[in-house]
Parts: sequence; C-alpha cells; structure tokens
Amino acid sequence: MRTDHILTISRVGKSFGGLHILKDISLEVKKGERIGIIGPNGAGKTTFFNLLTGDLEPSVGEIYHDGHNITKQPNYKRARNGIVRTFQKNNLLNELTVLENLLLVLQRKQGFGKVWYQLRNIKKYPRLYEEADELLKKWGLFYQRNAVIKNLSYGEQRQIEILLGVAMEPSILLLDEPTAGMSQSETDYIVNLLYKLPRDLTLMIIEHDLDIVFGLADRMVVLYDGGVLAEGEPEKVRADERVNKIYIGSGDELVC
Amino acid sequence: MKNTYVKFLISFLALASTPFILSLFHLNLLSEILILAIFALSLNVLVGFTGLVSLGHAAFFGVGAYTAALVAQHFSANLLATLGIAAFVSLLFAAIIGAFCMKVNGFYFLMLTLAFSQMIYSFIHQSTNLTGGSNGLSGIPKPEIGAFSFANPVLVFYLVLVIFMISYAVLRITVKSPYGQVLIGIRENETRVKSMGYNTSLYKYSAFIIAGVFGGVAGTLYTYFNGFIAPSDVYWTMSGTVLIMVLVGGSGTMLGPVLGSALIVILETIVSSYTSLWMLILGAVLIAFVVFFPKGMVGIGQSLYRRFTNKPSVVNEKKSRAA
Ligand SMILES: Nc1ncnc2c1ncn2[C@@H]1O[C@H](COP(=O)(O)OP(=O)(O)OP(=O)(O)O)[C@@H](O)[C@H]1O
Ligand SMILES: [Mg+2]
Repeated sequence: MRTDHILTISRVGKSFGGLHILKDISLEVKKGERIGIIGPNGAGKTTFFNLLTGDLEPSVGEIYHDGHNITKQPNYKRARNGIVRTFQKNNLLNELTVLENLLLVLQRKQGFGKVWYQLRNIKKYPRLYEEADELLKKWGLFYQRNAVIKNLSYGEQRQIEILLGVAMEPSILLLDEPTAGMSQSETDYIVNLLYKLPRDLTLMIIEHDLDIVFGLADRMVVLYDGGVLAEGEPEKVRADERVNKIYIGSGDELVC
Repeated sequence: MKNTYVKFLISFLALASTPFILSLFHLNLLSEILILAIFALSLNVLVGFTGLVSLGHAAFFGVGAYTAALVAQHFSANLLATLGIAAFVSLLFAAIIGAFCMKVNGFYFLMLTLAFSQMIYSFIHQSTNLTGGSNGLSGIPKPEIGAFSFANPVLVFYLVLVIFMISYAVLRITVKSPYGQVLIGIRENETRVKSMGYNTSLYKYSAFIIAGVFGGVAGTLYTYFNGFIAPSDVYWTMSGTVLIMVLVGGSGTMLGPVLGSALIVILETIVSSYTSLWMLILGAVLIAFVVFFPKGMVGIGQSLYRRFTNKPSVVNEKKSRAA
C-alpha cells in the first residue's frame, strides 16, 4: 500500500438487509487534506463515516489506514490510532459535567485509567485538570466547566461534541454536520475554530451548509444514491451540472 | 483528601467501639449488616457504576460461602486459606460467567446472570454429598490464624469489621480512580466511551470480576458468621434482596449500599418478630423508594442537607454521587 495516503478506501459497500445503501465507493485521502462530503438526506454520508470509524463493518471492500488494513479493526482501536469522529446527533455523557466528559478523553490520552492497577483517585492527577482547563478556556467554555451536559443549550452541547473529538488529538477527524442545529453566531464561532485546526490534521466533514464546507474543503465528494456522484476541487464541484441538479431536485439549494 | 482519612478513621473507631455498647443480639445484627453491605457494595460496582443490572449476584455469595465452608471442613480452617481460596474460586466463576454475560446487554444481561445463578443454585441443591443438598452445611469450624480462633461473636465481629473497612476502601478507590470514571462513562453512554478509544468490553468484564470476588468475600464472611450455609442463600431471591439494598440505599454511591443493607436487615428483624409477611413489606419499601425517592436514602440525605444549608437547589446538581 502506498503510504502517502493516510486513508485508502477501496471499493467499499454497505447493505442493510437487501438495501444497498452504499455501493462501490473508492477514495484516497492524503495526510492533511480537508475533504467535504455532501449529498442529499439519506445518501449514506453518516453510514460512510460509520464504516471508516468501525462503528459498522462494510459488506464489501477494504479500508486502509497508513497502509494497514483496518477493515475489521474494532472502533475503539481505530479511535486510539487517530481516526476520531463526532456525531451528527449530540452523543455525550449527559448526566455528567463538561469537565468529566473531557477528563475521560484526556485520561486515556495521557495514559491514565488505561490499566486498572492505576488505582488512585482521579483528583491526584493534576495534569489532567490543567489540560482540561486549558482546552475549555481556548474554546470559551470554561464558564460551563462544572455544568451538567443536559443543562447546557443545544449549541453548547454541540461545541462539546466537537471539543471531545478535537481533544483526542486525532490524525483524522470526521465531523458529521458539526453546525447542525446551531444559531448563526454559534455556527460562526465553530467554523472559526475549525479553520484554526492544525493544518496537518486530516479532516473529513459532512455539512449541509454548503458555504461552510466549500470554504473549508480542499476537495469535495458528492454522495448520491450510494455512490460518488462527483469529486474534485470545490469550484469544479460547485459548477457541476449533475450536482446542481440533485440539489435542486431534492429541494436543497447549492447556496444556502 | 485528608478529610477522607479522618472520616474513615472515625467510622472505624465508632464501629470498633460498638461491642462495648451493644448487646450480643444487636452486635450480631451489626455483623450481618456489614457482611451484606460488602455484598451490596460489590453489586453496586456493576449496577450503580457500570450500569449493568445483574439478578444473579447471589451466585458469587454462594460460591464464596460454600467454598469457605468446604475448605474449612475438609482442609483447614485457617483464615487466609479459607478466605483466599474462596475469593479465588469466586474469581474463576466470575471470569467464566462474565465471559458469557458480556456478550449481551440490558435485559438479556439480567436474564443471563439469573440463569447462571440458578444453575449454581440447583447444583448446590442437588449435590447432596458435597454440599449437603437442601440441608446445607452446618458445624463449620470458625476461622483461625495459627492457634488463635475467632471463636466468639465479638471476635467474628472484629474480623468482619476489618474486612468490611478494607473492602470499602478498595472499592472506593476503584470507583474514584480513572478506571472507575470509565465505568461511569459506560453507564452513561457506552457508544461514546468506545469512540473515545476505550475497550468497553474489557472494562465491563473486569468490573464483573471485581464484583464477583467481593461478592465471594461477603459469602465467606457469612459462613464465618453463621457457621452454617444453606442453598436458600444462593437462591435468586437473595440476588433480588441485595439489588433492593443497592437501589434503596442509593445506587452509584459508596454510602448507599451500606445504608440499604442496614435498613433492610433492621427492618426484616423488626418486621419478622411481628408478622411473616416480610416479602410483602419489602416489596412495599421498594415501591415507595422507586416512586418517591428514586435516588435512595443517599438522595434523601442530600436533599435534606440542601434544605438545611439553604443551598440554591438543583440547577447543576449531579445525579447521585455522594460519599
Ligand atoms: N443501521 C441501519 N439499519 C438500516 N438502515 C440504515 C441504518 N443506518 C442507516 N440506514 C439507512 O441508510 C440510509 C442512509 O443513512 P445515512 O444516515 O447514512 O444518511 P445521511 O446521508 O447521513 O443522511 P442525513 O443527511 O439525513 O444525515 C438511510 O435511508 C437510513 O435509513
Ligand atoms: Mg447523516
């Protein structure tokens, strides 16, 4: 396998029962590339992410990460190896605080709690708390540090959703509609943060707000009817007639 | 931090002074409370912290109790031998049963733990030669260390107390540690915790084993305490009772199972001297808690504390994480 590609997706398909949701998708992703994924509702975008993260196993095809075949690797191992996702619907530990959610990510990264002989009160690991506070300040969420997730606004929860992904310091970050359900100002805030993500971080972003995704992405992939309808530089895809057609056909507008 | 050690020491001293105050009857009651508190604390690791509701925890109580009894009768009544072997055998059983139960979730987990514990029950019940069948095992020698024997109830109480304090401390450290935080994470949202890179199956499995070992330790102490063990202590109603202790006391807290054990044991003693309708009363107590105080006795304590200290209520109050 060529290793200048951080991710190689080779003829991957997924069916549920008799329904072929994804058919024969191939894609090569370079390190540091930012890929935008668009497509009408139900096109299989989230399913595609599920295959990459190992939340679902493909029915056919293979996936390689840094040259290693990870098609059958369980999701937690992929997450450890740097393939990290955020969820389309907030998927947090709702009864716990913002800090507790974040600590769970950081303690594994810093190597605590990975093994059960490290039986010390978590409060005795000050480095964890320092890093958590630093991140929360950077994201403007420090004032909600001890708030229970379920008491936050949807937009704030959304920010935590993305923060948890970024805090894992992934090599590939898969963002599933990061701005869904957010107000305009919250969206601006998040988009700004996304622009500031390190340039060597490989980003794949599903987004219905086409302005955001066209601005952020180096390359666009349009999923339609379980396959790749179009692929290429944002300007090229934006001008593509077939793409315009399906977006107009499905009621969405290319420019929102 | 220092505060915790002080509280721990005070609790220990207070409990250690009870033999000078309580009658023998009440001291025995306290021993029983502490033994069942270890049992409830062990189940709470699963139910309260990991979110796995087991209805078969009596299996480990029984395995521990019977192993200790058989070792004492056939090999040696040495404390370390009986306790060590009983804990080890409980660990083996938990490792085997857990391997199966980990494959399923929720309702199926509950049913599978129940099925396993009933299999162990019927084995004990049928193996008359080994376990005495429905008569159980009696005349079990008291534990001893060298020439020293825990021959009277006060000595047994101190033994129970020391092992209770150790178990409490170990389990408390476990659930407060980063490892314990992962268990809590699994309880709250296993999918997300997996996405954070945790092998949640391994965490659940190890929690199951920890629970099994301490369940076995509780069973062992029960054998020491009674000098007698019967299959009814392995029956599923025993699993139900300990689950009720956890829920009534406050699951997911350290103090809850201890309070739950105290309430249920004391209540049973009082009620049983008036009527034989104990199960009816127990059911009513459970219903009352589930409906009116879902956070258990610890939850009640917290809201009273809040009322008296006039702290602004609930807004950012966490689930139940006292002690
Ligand atoms: N686990 C599943 N079992 C059965 N069908 C599924 C499953 N997951 C997804 N599907 C179906 O696959 C199709 C694609 O779903 P997916 O969530 O991937 O679409 P999407 O492109 O992310 O859509 P949206 O823009 O609405 O998020 C849908 O028709 C959905 O009902
Ligand atoms: Mg989707």
